[in-house]
Amino acid sequence: MTTDASDTAPKPPVLTKRDIGKDAHSGEPLVVLENVNKHFGALHVLQDIDLTIHRGEVVVVIGPSGSGKSTLCRTINRLEAIDGGRITIDGNLLPQEGRELARLRSDVGMVFQSFNLFAHKTVLQNVTLGPLKVRREKADVVTRRAHELLDRVGVGSQADKYPAQLSGGQQQRVAIARALAMEPKVMLFDEPTSALDPEMINEVLEVMRDLAREGMTMVVVTHEMGFARSAANRVIFMADGRIVEENTPDEFFSNPRSDRARDFLSKILHH
Amino acid sequence: MLEVIQDNWDLLQDGFVGTLKLTVVCGIASLLLGTLIAACRVSPVPPLRWFGAAYVNLFRNTPLTLIFFAVALGFPKLRFNFSFFQFAVIALSTYTAAFICEAIRSGINTVPIGQAEAARSLGMSFTQTLSQIVLPQAGRAAVPPIGSLLIAMVRNSAIASAFNTTELMGTSSTMIENGYKSLWVLVWIAIGYLIITLTMSALLAALEKKLAVVR
Ligand SMILES: Nc1ncnc2c1ncn2[C@@H]1O[C@H](COP(=O)(O)OP(=O)(O)OP(=O)(O)O)[C@@H](O)[C@H]1O
Ligand SMILES: [Mg+2]
Repeated sequence: MTTDASDTAPKPPVLTKRDIGKDAHSGEPLVVLENVNKHFGALHVLQDIDLTIHRGEVVVVIGPSGSGKSTLCRTINRLEAIDGGRITIDGNLLPQEGRELARLRSDVGMVFQSFNLFAHKTVLQNVTLGPLKVRREKADVVTRRAHELLDRVGVGSQADKYPAQLSGGQQQRVAIARALAMEPKVMLFDEPTSALDPEMINEVLEVMRDLAREGMTMVVVTHEMGFARSAANRVIFMADGRIVEENTPDEFFSNPRSDRARDFLSKILHH
Repeated sequence: MLEVIQDNWDLLQDGFVGTLKLTVVCGIASLLLGTLIAACRVSPVPPLRWFGAAYVNLFRNTPLTLIFFAVALGFPKLRFNFSFFQFAVIALSTYTAAFICEAIRSGINTVPIGQAEAARSLGMSFTQTLSQIVLPQAGRAAVPPIGSLLIAMVRNSAIASAFNTTELMGTSSTMIENGYKSLWVLVWIAIGYLIITLTMSALLAALEKKLAVVR
C-alpha cells in the first residue's frame, strides 16, 4: 500500500482529496445531466435528475436498492437510453447510436460489479483490445501501456492468464486497467466491490483511491463509507429515482438532512 | 457386392465428388449467410431485425423441395442463367442458413450480457462487439447444433439429384437400372455419405474443443 505520508506533517498521514477540499478539482463541468428522466415501462427510475460532475471531482452515489443508482451510472455512457432531458460530456451532447456514440463512450471508462472481463481473452488482451480496435493505436505502444497499467494495479505478473484464473479482486483491478487503457476523461464505477470477498475489497478500493488522488474524475456507486469519507468530494444520496440529498461526505454521514438518508444510514451503519 | 464399385467406380466417384462439392460450398455459404442473418436478428436496427425474423420464418417453414422448385423454375424466368449446380447451392444454402442463424442466435444468448456491455462501454461498434467478443464465445455453444444442421444438409443435398445435379444419391438409379442389386448399391452410397459426415463431425469436434473457454 502506498501512502503520501510526509515527514513533517503530524496529523493526516494520507493526503486525500477530502483534505484538499473542493479545490482539488478545477471546477469546470465535465459531465452534466439536465432534467434527465427514464422509465422502465411504468417504473419511473430516474426522475428529473440534475447533476454536474466537475473535472477531477469524485462523486459517490449511495442509496437503497432499486433507487436507480446503476441506471444513473449507465445513462452517462448511454448503456441505457434516456426518455427526456440531456446529458453532455465535456460539452458534447451524448449522441444516438452509431459511430459518434462509440467515440464518446470510449472517453467514459466503466467498471462493473461483475467485472465483465472478456472471458476468451487473456488479461493483457483485455487491456489492449480497446486501444487497438477502437482507437487503432500501434500494437507496441498499446502493449507497453497495458503492461504499465497492469503493474500499476498490481497484476503485472498475471498478464498471460485468462480472467477465470484470477481472483475476484484481481479481475476487478484488471477491469480498472482495461478502462484506463482508453485514457478516459471520467470513470464510472457501479458497485465495484459488491461482488468481492471481504478480504479483496481493500485492494480494489486502494487502486481507486490512488486514481482519485491522481485527479481522475470519478462517479462511484458504492456503500463503502470508508472510501466515501476518504476519497469523495461529494456524496449523492438517491431514493426512488431522485437525488434526495447532496453534501460533502463529512456533512452527509454525520449530519444527514433528510429522513430517507437518516433512515438509510442507520440501517447500513448499525446492521 | 464388390463388383458394384468395381464396375461403377467412375460413376460413384463423380457422385461422391458432386456431393462433396455441394457440402463444402453450401456449408461455407450457409454458415456465412446464417451468421449474417443472426447479426441482423440481434442488431439494434429494427428493420434489420424484422428482415432477419422474416427470413428465418420463411425459409424454416418451407419444404426444401419447394425452394428447389422456386429457384430452378423462378430464376431462369428472371433471366438468371445459372448452372444446375449453382441452383442447388442457392436453394440448399438459403434453406440451411435459416436454421444455422437460429443455432448461432441461441449460442449468442448463452454469452452473458455483461460481455457485450463491457465491449460497448469501451467504444466498440456493434460489428466489433459481435465479431470480437460475442460470436467467439457463442461459437462453443453453437457448434454442436450447427454440426447436426450441416449433417442434415448433406442428407438434404440428395434432393439436388432430382434437379439434374450430379451427386451421390443420383448415381443409384443409373446403377439399379443397369441391373445391380439395389441393396448393395445403396450400401455403397450410404458409405459414401458416412465418409463425408463423419469427417465433418470430427472437424467440428476439434473446432468445439478449440473454442472452449474457461469460466
Ligand atoms: N432493464 C430493466 N428493465 C426493467 N426494469 C429495470 C431494468 N433495470 C433496472 N430496472 C429496475 O429499475 C429500478 C432501479 O434499478 P437500478 O439497478 O438502477 O437500482 P440500483 O439503485 O442500482 O439498485 P441496487 O443497489 O440493487 O443495485 C429497479 O426497480 C429495477 O428493478
Ligand atoms: Mg445497482
